[in-house]
Amino acid sequence: MSGVFVGMPAFPKNAAKAVQNSQLRFNLRKATHTIRGKRAAVVGEVDDWAELRQAGKTIKDHTLRNLDRYLIELEEKVTAAGGVVHWARDAAEANRIVARLVKDTGETEVVKVKSMATMEIGLNEALAEEGIEAFETDLAELIVQLGDDFPSHILVPAIHRNRAEIRELFLKKMAGAPKDLTDEPRALAEAARLYLRKRFLEAKVAISGANFMIAETGTLVVLESEGNGRMCLTLPKTLISVVGIEKLLPTWQDLEVFLQLLPRSSTGERMNPYTSMWTGATEGQEFHLVLLDNGRTSVLADKVGRQALRCIRCSACLNVCPVYERAGGHAYGSVYPGPIGAILTPQLRGMDTELDRSLPYASSLCGACYEVCPVAIDIPSVLVDLRAKARHPRTERAGMAAAGWVFNRSKRLAKAQRFGGRMRRLVPKRLPGPLSGWTDTRDMPEIPAESFRDWWVREGGADGRRPAVAPDVNLPQESRES
Amino acid sequence: MSAAAREVILRRIRSAVEGAPDAEIVRDYRGATGEPGDVELFAERVRDYKAIVHVVPRAEVAATIAEITKGRVLTVPAGFPSDMYAPSQGEADGVISTCAVAVAATGTIVLDAGPGQGTRAQTLIPDYHLCVVRDDQIVPNVPDAIARLDATRPLTWISGPSATSDIELNRVEGVHGPRTLEVVIVIG
Repeated sequence: MSGVFVGMPAFPKNAAKAVQNSQLRFNLRKATHTIRGKRAAVVGEVDDWAELRQAGKTIKDHTLRNLDRYLIELEEKVTAAGGVVHWARDAAEANRIVARLVKDTGETEVVKVKSMATMEIGLNEALAEEGIEAFETDLAELIVQLGDDFPSHILVPAIHRNRAEIRELFLKKMAGAPKDLTDEPRALAEAARLYLRKRFLEAKVAISGANFMIAETGTLVVLESEGNGRMCLTLPKTLISVVGIEKLLPTWQDLEVFLQLLPRSSTGERMNPYTSMWTGATEGQEFHLVLLDNGRTSVLADKVGRQALRCIRCSACLNVCPVYERAGGHAYGSVYPGPIGAILTPQLRGMDTELDRSLPYASSLCGACYEVCPVAIDIPSVLVDLRAKARHPRTERAGMAAAGWVFNRSKRLAKAQRFGGRMRRLVPKRLPGPLSGWTDTRDMPEIPAESFRDWWVREGGADGRRPAVAPDVNLPQESRES
Repeated sequence: MSAAAREVILRRIRSAVEGAPDAEIVRDYRGATGEPGDVELFAERVRDYKAIVHVVPRAEVAATIAEITKGRVLTVPAGFPSDMYAPSQGEADGVISTCAVAVAATGTIVLDAGPGQGTRAQTLIPDYHLCVVRDDQIVPNVPDAIARLDATRPLTWISGPSATSDIELNRVEGVHGPRTLEVVIVIG
């Protein structure tokens, strides 16, 4: 993945800072709760939802298992329909291909449809270095771009901004914004409409992603709401789509499943306002498809983690996550925030940085994300698996090794317990030095004067008698007084 | 360069999934029924998106369209039934079209660039879109629509007017696409 967020501290630090921002917490709470309610209502009215979810999961798993042959089939169909297919191993290669395609047209400006893949590879920045200016046309992306900001949600990237902040931003950064602009969402949307209209009509090159690609027919599918997608996909002479290799579906029929799962999970609507589907070069356009790997094949190689590639980027898991709701999207330091980001980012980027190693811990493992996931990604299990894979701090590893040595023999454990019982008044509430990492987020357990094993033996439990009183492990009055 | 990248990616995929069991696709959900869609449900679901809906018998279509488009000048794509709308002179401020399929459960209209539907741009740039839907074009749900459509045609699925929820998740109708969507459902 690209370096857009490089140098960010680990998740706990980012989150601790974010929760201090009461405006952000208010915006996030309002947004996530609204969309959660809408989703629940429209999912509730589909009585075969569980069966659709099962189909979605198995179609994706089947596709991933046979990804090579379906990609070849897609390439054949797109090529036969007049499109040109390019393959990119990583972000740099994809950016080079797109920059070259734009340069070949002689243009220096492109319009863009919101696309997670192009954000992931840092395409806008790469194009800027080549003297090509990319204009985001999705309202939220525009807000993020004008504010020189980072997206904080998959579906609504400017969720962290409220209307007053957006008005300020438009007045300051948007050429031609009316002086008397109010902070009414309607007025703000109108200002964006006028600002972008001329650009749409004049643009010669557009860049998009895609929600789905159909191997059987070579068809690409983009779901959207505003109509900026339709503008970009149909008006410019040249269309370049950058799409992750996992976005594939084998057959046209498979789309009937995902067109029911995605809008209801994502925006909480029965259907999103606009969906465009095109096959190859359409209505006189020139069409290029850039198939992107960028770490996806290494995710595919992980038996547990590969299910993350089923993701259709609906963002339902963000909206139900108690951690996301409080920490916000920026704390995750990736274009993929929330629970899905916590499993996707460390797998795509590898766990070389402190930030990426901390992401699998950005969860209470409550499982709400798994429950709402339309393709049944078991996010908690992948989180636990990644936690085991991440390199742990030296003190923790030493501590765990010592604990393992003690627990491994019952005699050692008994000795340690007796020692702990005698020393219990000397154990501080917070451990010193590197051990403080443990007590920063946990209470130090109260150590009983006598272990259960010793009490059991003393009361004769081992001889078959029934102990008369409960052990003091349940009556920790002494330790409370101390 | 691209040929090498292609081979590398395909090789990476093959080695990543080597030995993994295939997953069988389970389709226990309701598929295409081949049955007609519920006209009333379709009208209600389109209205939910804040589109304007008229349900009229075949004989009254021309009169209804003339009435609701009074004062407007609409572009008429090739193949639109000439007995339904007679364009007046002047600069167009909207477009009238037919459709390929409509979905009752989701209140969706699908255009496939067939007769009377024009190019994708024709129904996108004007601020007003009037779409005429015959009752026999309405199907119950998404699987029936997929079964009826040809994937290789340029398809546009429309569910209400253009909208955004990007500002504090408040839905605002009308950003870049037509801000007004009006639907005439023809019965019989």
